[in-house]
Amino acid sequence: MKSGSDTFDVAIIGAGVSGANIARRLSAYELDVALVEKEVDVSFGISKANSGIVHGGFHHNKQYLKARLEIQGAMMFDRLKAELDFPFERCGILVVALHEDEMRSVEQLYAQGVENGVIGIEMCSRERLLDLEPKLSQDAVGGLYAPGGGIVEPYRFVFSLVENAVKNGLELYTGFRVEGAKRQGEHWVVTAADGRAIKARYVVNAAGLFADEISRMFGAEDFHISGRKGEYYLLDRSTKAKPDRVVFPVPTSISKGMLIVPTVEGTVLIGPTATKVDDKNDFATTREQLDTILKSARTMVPSISENDVITSFAGIRSVIDEDFYIDISAKAPAFVQVAGIQSPGLTASPAIGEYVKDLLKKAGLKLVEKADWDPFVRKVPRARDLSPFELDELVKKDPAYGEIVCRCERVTEAEIVEAIRRGHTTLDGIKYFTRAQMGRCQGGFCTYKIIKIIMRETGMSYADITKRGEGSAVLRGEL
Amino acid sequence: MKELSFDAAVIGGGAAGMAAALEISGRGLSCAVIEREDGLGGILMQCIHNGFGLIEFNEELSGPEFAQRFEDRLKASNIRAFCGATVIEIENQGDAKVISCVSSAQGVVRIRARAIVLAMGCRERNRGNIRIPGSRPAGVFTAGLAQRLVNIEGYIPGKDVVIIGSGDIGLIMARRMSWVGCKVHAVVEILPYPSGLTRNIVQCLKDFGIPLYLSHLTTNIYGNDRVEGVEVTPIENGALMFEKSFRIPCDTVLLSVGLVPENELSRNFGVEINPMTNGPWVDSTLMTSVPGVFACGNVLHVHDLVDFVVEEARRAGSFAADWLSGKKPTKEIRVKAGSNVRYVTPSRLDPTRDNKLYMRTMIVKNDALLEVKLDNKVVRSQKKNHVQPSEMISFSLGPAELAQAATQDSTLEISLQ
Repeated sequence: MKSGSDTFDVAIIGAGVSGANIARRLSAYELDVALVEKEVDVSFGISKANSGIVHGGFHHNKQYLKARLEIQGAMMFDRLKAELDFPFERCGILVVALHEDEMRSVEQLYAQGVENGVIGIEMCSRERLLDLEPKLSQDAVGGLYAPGGGIVEPYRFVFSLVENAVKNGLELYTGFRVEGAKRQGEHWVVTAADGRAIKARYVVNAAGLFADEISRMFGAEDFHISGRKGEYYLLDRSTKAKPDRVVFPVPTSISKGMLIVPTVEGTVLIGPTATKVDDKNDFATTREQLDTILKSARTMVPSISENDVITSFAGIRSVIDEDFYIDISAKAPAFVQVAGIQSPGLTASPAIGEYVKDLLKKAGLKLVEKADWDPFVRKVPRARDLSPFELDELVKKDPAYGEIVCRCERVTEAEIVEAIRRGHTTLDGIKYFTRAQMGRCQGGFCTYKIIKIIMRETGMSYADITKRGEGSAVLRGEL
Repeated sequence: MKELSFDAAVIGGGAAGMAAALEISGRGLSCAVIEREDGLGGILMQCIHNGFGLIEFNEELSGPEFAQRFEDRLKASNIRAFCGATVIEIENQGDAKVISCVSSAQGVVRIRARAIVLAMGCRERNRGNIRIPGSRPAGVFTAGLAQRLVNIEGYIPGKDVVIIGSGDIGLIMARRMSWVGCKVHAVVEILPYPSGLTRNIVQCLKDFGIPLYLSHLTTNIYGNDRVEGVEVTPIENGALMFEKSFRIPCDTVLLSVGLVPENELSRNFGVEINPMTNGPWVDSTLMTSVPGVFACGNVLHVHDLVDFVVEEARRAGSFAADWLSGKKPTKEIRVKAGSNVRYVTPSRLDPTRDNKLYMRTMIVKNDALLEVKLDNKVVRSQKKNHVQPSEMISFSLGPAELAQAATQDSTLEISLQ
């Protein structure tokens, strides 16, 4: 259990969806585990900006590790949701062919899905497709339906995983930018830019876009991660173009194409594009790419309107080559690589946790199950999910549930306070935990209220309020 | 859950809501006002500049002063104000409507009323709505949020400011930010003419030497953690001239790119929305497509002066009171926006009485001609010295012009030449 010291059995670098799943899985054993993250909060890297899909298991051939982990991971989500209270729904996935010649690819995907053991996968005629999704273009000629595919809120997933792991003894270090590593006897000494250091017998490199730099720091394999940017548009929940299921085009060899995703929280996401970027910190959106998204999405769902756009953003996929790179390092001792986790990384992530646990065991880590491991997180009631009667009952217990702070997504002060108490003290952290500022006004009405609540709850000064950590201060002076 | 009954309920306690409620209460009917903020006054409370009330009170007041006058009258009336209460649901129950609202003080209260007046105001369009590409740093605010931060909370959002859009709140904030010691480097407007009132262009930009770039589009926002600058591109003959793009360094971007009536609640209750105004379609009595539900102020269409808001709201209150006493128009004719007219509201008129109309044009023109045709016959032709989209046009039509309307199917078309 928690030793209170800075020496650990395992240190995981990177609190994205991979690192979080590994951490949570290891928290079930009698181990001292540290999770270190360079950002101010977890899930603040590439895990926050992606399509939020639990894939259908038909896009990749089983010869790839990513396909095997995808299939296994996808099946783990129902139980994880029950334990970890994050938004997830199996709404089903459609692949839509707009030309007869695309049907050959659809048939191949279907055959691959059957081969991969995808439950309920179905070839669809035009009629069946339009029946499943009446908002589709009349140009649709047929397609594929995978009823088990779903949608998930990725940051909430990561928040819950880490919260639960911390509950079970994980030590979380945020703002810990790994700068150096050296061997000291049987341990790695991992140092951060701010001078902090931890020791660990085993290190897992789940550093996402920067896993190549970390690998070099540890004297492990030399590989290169290239960034492939994906831009998205988010549409208001009031859009008339919201499909009931995730809509995919027929994929190309480079990408799964631009999707239309009815998000699990009721908005609609369209994208992503795929462009190679040299700067891994370049999350800017571009006019050309955003125009492409609208055009592409409209070919499948013609009623999509630019008037429904409430925001745009970009994510970056971390790409090594075709497959994930998850293995025990052949060069550095007690070092496990979890790199190149591009799509379907989110879907595969629970299985990655399992896989890495097994690798560590293989590398000599002793696993003894904790007798008192608690798989659950405490559920936060969300005002938007409650009937007036239920809300009334809740306000009697906690009046802060009567204070609606974010009108667009109906988030109460109680939920914001809960986010802050769980360690999310930036505007973005609160946004991902509660959805406040994520709706149609994009924080126009509620930002000042949230700032005041953070200051009251934490004692922070106005100057310490940031959007997402150092350098992103929101206010620049006082009157 | 507490349940209370009133003849009418007004949703929103800003200028429109208060004016409508006072009218209803003045007719001897019981009335509730539901306001989500802790106090009445709405957006007026952060508008500490003057210029309010020139028509209503024939004097120049600040926003809070203007609101105070209505609040004083409200306090002297028997109107019941529920503040800090957010409406979460409206449902039909027999002849009445039941509004559920939640507050920390009282939990969920169900307010039963036979008539509802919608007066929820509007929200600001944001960066996503106008799709400015670039990075997503801290330091991008809507002008109204910045106004709130400076005027009420006492914080300065940034020191070097670029304002995108020349809407009134942006212009007011250009002056406000200059007064608190910030440097406003530019106001960038996509259109060839300003979106705000002329008086604000003069008093807030010209008097402070702040450059206004007309026919310019903000094509990028730079900065990873905090805004570092914007890229501005001129528009010539409808095309973006990227070779003439230039960069303005700044740490703050304020957006003043239009307002949208907040009708999510109305829409969920089945109220039909006019896509030109984003407000409800209303008949000659400002009643929406749902019987007994009226609308006024910025939730109906975006006004430029609060004086017009309260004028309209008083009529909505009065019509709601009429409706509650069983008085309905015997005859209505359709109103249509003709050439160069973006919208006219209401979209029905009662030819047997005087009707007040508000409209906006799509053109900038001197010596324009406002033409009103009833079933293709000109019934009024009126000269306008100057029209522009940012200035709302108001006028009245009465039995003198409308008596000819023979049938229910008559159509009135309003155009500007």
